[in-house]
Amino acid sequence: MNEPLPIVEMNDISISFPGVKALDAVGLRLFPGEVHTLMGENGAGKSTLIKALTGVYKIDEGEIRVAGEPRRFTGTADAQSAGVSTVYQEVNLCANLSIGENVMLGNEVRGPLGVNWRATHRAAHDVLAKLGLGHLNTKLSLSTLPLAIQQLVAISRSMVEECKVLILDEPTSSLDANEVEQLFGVIRQLRDQGVAILFVSHFLDQVYAISDRMTVLRNGRFIGEHLTRELPRAALIAEMIGKDVASLNAAEAGERRDPRTGTVPVYEATSLSRKGALEELDIELRRGEVVGLAGLLGSGRTELARLIYGADKNDTGTISLHGTPTQIKNPAKALSKRIAFSSENRRDEGIIRDLSVRENMILAVQAKRGWARPLSRREQNEIVSKYIAALGVRPTDPERPIRLLSGGNQQKVLLGRWLATEPEVLILDEPTRGIDVGAKAEIMDYVSGLADEGLAVVFISSELDEVVRQSDRIIVLKDHRKIAEIDGGSGTSTDNIVTIIAEDHSADEYAGLAVREEVAS
Amino acid sequence: MNEHAREPLGALKSILKRQYIWGIVAIALLLLINVIKEPTYLAISVGHNGHLVGNVIDILRSAAPVMMIAVGMCLVVATKGIDLSVGSLMAVAGAVAMEFLSSAPNTPGAAFAALGLVIVVTGALGAINGILVSVVGLQPFISTLVLMLAGRGLAKVITGGQNTSATNDVFRWFANGYVFGIPVVFVLALAIVIVVGLVVRRSALGLMIEAIGMDPKAARLAGINRRALLLTVYIAGGVLAGFAGVFATATVMTVDVSRTGYLLELDAILAVVIGGTSLAGGKFNITGAAIGAVLIATLDKTVVFLGVSSSASPAFKAIVIVALVLLQSERVRRMFRQRRAARPAKREVVAA
Repeated sequence: MNEPLPIVEMNDISISFPGVKALDAVGLRLFPGEVHTLMGENGAGKSTLIKALTGVYKIDEGEIRVAGEPRRFTGTADAQSAGVSTVYQEVNLCANLSIGENVMLGNEVRGPLGVNWRATHRAAHDVLAKLGLGHLNTKLSLSTLPLAIQQLVAISRSMVEECKVLILDEPTSSLDANEVEQLFGVIRQLRDQGVAILFVSHFLDQVYAISDRMTVLRNGRFIGEHLTRELPRAALIAEMIGKDVASLNAAEAGERRDPRTGTVPVYEATSLSRKGALEELDIELRRGEVVGLAGLLGSGRTELARLIYGADKNDTGTISLHGTPTQIKNPAKALSKRIAFSSENRRDEGIIRDLSVRENMILAVQAKRGWARPLSRREQNEIVSKYIAALGVRPTDPERPIRLLSGGNQQKVLLGRWLATEPEVLILDEPTRGIDVGAKAEIMDYVSGLADEGLAVVFISSELDEVVRQSDRIIVLKDHRKIAEIDGGSGTSTDNIVTIIAEDHSADEYAGLAVREEVAS
Repeated sequence: MNEHAREPLGALKSILKRQYIWGIVAIALLLLINVIKEPTYLAISVGHNGHLVGNVIDILRSAAPVMMIAVGMCLVVATKGIDLSVGSLMAVAGAVAMEFLSSAPNTPGAAFAALGLVIVVTGALGAINGILVSVVGLQPFISTLVLMLAGRGLAKVITGGQNTSATNDVFRWFANGYVFGIPVVFVLALAIVIVVGLVVRRSALGLMIEAIGMDPKAARLAGINRRALLLTVYIAGGVLAGFAGVFATATVMTVDVSRTGYLLELDAILAVVIGGTSLAGGKFNITGAAIGAVLIATLDKTVVFLGVSSSASPAFKAIVIVALVLLQSERVRRMFRQRRAARPAKREVVAA
């Protein structure tokens, strides 16, 4: 088979950030007239690779060729003038300008007396018409359009200048099914015009519906490039999460805790839902049990955790604690009901950078007690020294600003913060993300110990093998729905879960997507 | 033995690290300039009936109202907010007090009733700021700008557009009286600084305010009630502006609805910044804000004392403040340090 020459070729790209190798010899090829999907879990390096291509990040090693010529872009604008346009996840438009102004921003048609607005709007109309948006009145404010159409306007904006490569970074994450279909229509049209499209999405069904080729990354490494029709879903998921570890875990998952099934659940919710975040589901958490939430990014794992904690308000659902109906409207309420939640976003929603380790650790306990009953310095020191020792926080100085600690130690301090509130339910969202192997193992061991002591633990991780190893029961989520609930234990492996996710197609009819014929395993 | 010797030194060192040290330095410099011009500038004499008299006493007296509103401003700024309405609230406070006293008997009871009324009114207005910021979710700048503009109108409505005067000896004493030879108003301002400082630091309020100022999302997930805290600091800001307004009007027992507290919110913001509290929110320093207020008062008096023409005095003030803020800026100091470090390094290169 004679493949055409790639329009973009990235070879052996490496990028290091302080302490992390974000990309390690990664390659990517984009062909004209093809939709190429970049796949990988969080932290796999997808965004970094895109930013390396557009020159937002400087690459340490490797080469980028555009149309055969070695190129190094200095930023998005430079890349765009060379025909490589990017549309980011959050629409980068000015909501208070008109549609036409947004499309033509920086490319206004100029006459002898400055900008010729009539010609500019006409040009905008022409560009929009190419994408089937000719009916829009370019003089209206952009904010009058629904988000999906704004996304299309953002794409048309990149078509003003000649565009050979279009990068779409999670364009569908906030769109509904019909809007996705409209977007896909435009993508196919552009593809047929010979544009090379790089697409990033976490929705497997969408990926299979639109893409011709995919590149899989994991932990900053290149795993493989495949034609979509040759890669079954199960194989894709296995590549994304790393199946080599699966066998290793089956051995470790031997001993299981004995969940006290006879007792009343600590937490029980029925028909819990929130619009746009999670479809109705039931969940119960018991003493001494680790419940794992499995699913790919965007499947609703975090959304479920936030609903349990009251960080987001649920639209429907009844909640009861120890069999008593109750309402959890906000985090403060949840804490007082002895539920604690450690966010996946450690930097923005976890640590408070400028406070010390001590202050970070006592914050939730103090909030629970109220401002008028301050913890004395002695009580604070007791809490802090207890958890610094128990969790092995290093360095041990409690007065050190937390921002100076490593990620793993910050995570331990946060774990201490939540444990100090003496919770009955502890929700850990990606407690091991971005931390080194040693700290990871320590945290995992500690979590196991907590469940043995009778805590109800909810455990979320993108690393499926971790979920399998830790959990007594696993709730599998996909596209904001619960699709299965399975027991942990020796009978379960990552392969089971991969199969469950891959074989679930109920969302396809729901979304009305034309799923391509595929080779299911 | 050794440790004993080290401790006071350590305390001194930690004070030297504080940003407000530059405020103290600036105050000392300004006083020095005044002493050079007039060697007896710092002299304090005991006037009739035991009152202390002197330029320094005058400075302390005029610093008092700014000190009070700076304390409130400091808390608001720590939550990543700003309160532009305090100057106007001072006018409202003056209007309420004068209007009430002009028809009340000249008794201590009436004076305290007026004070109570002022606290209720300005506290309620502060609560409006707080609700706009915390419940409605408007930006603090806009929320308080509304009251900054509306406040003076309200004051005019209260007084019927007049600059109302009143007579009440106790009320007058608040501003012009002395205890132990020191002006009452400064003693009260100092007491407010100490009490608020203690309440905030001895309870968990300070930590919580800093937490919501630094990272509102993380603070919310840690169970901190951001709304109630914001409401509290804006009410505190209002009440303290009420106090300041009372003292500002009691000096002359007349409220000037268009001049009382005019632009004083800017002085308060300045005092807070000089005191080492970042306008970006987070760590705050009430002592520093008080020192900043004293510095501003010193500066004002110095401008007058040096005979800087009134048209040039804002520029003079601006120069001093810009210099001070530059001195405090970590980045500017780092630049100087790097320069100093760069020089010997160059020599080494030559030697090599």
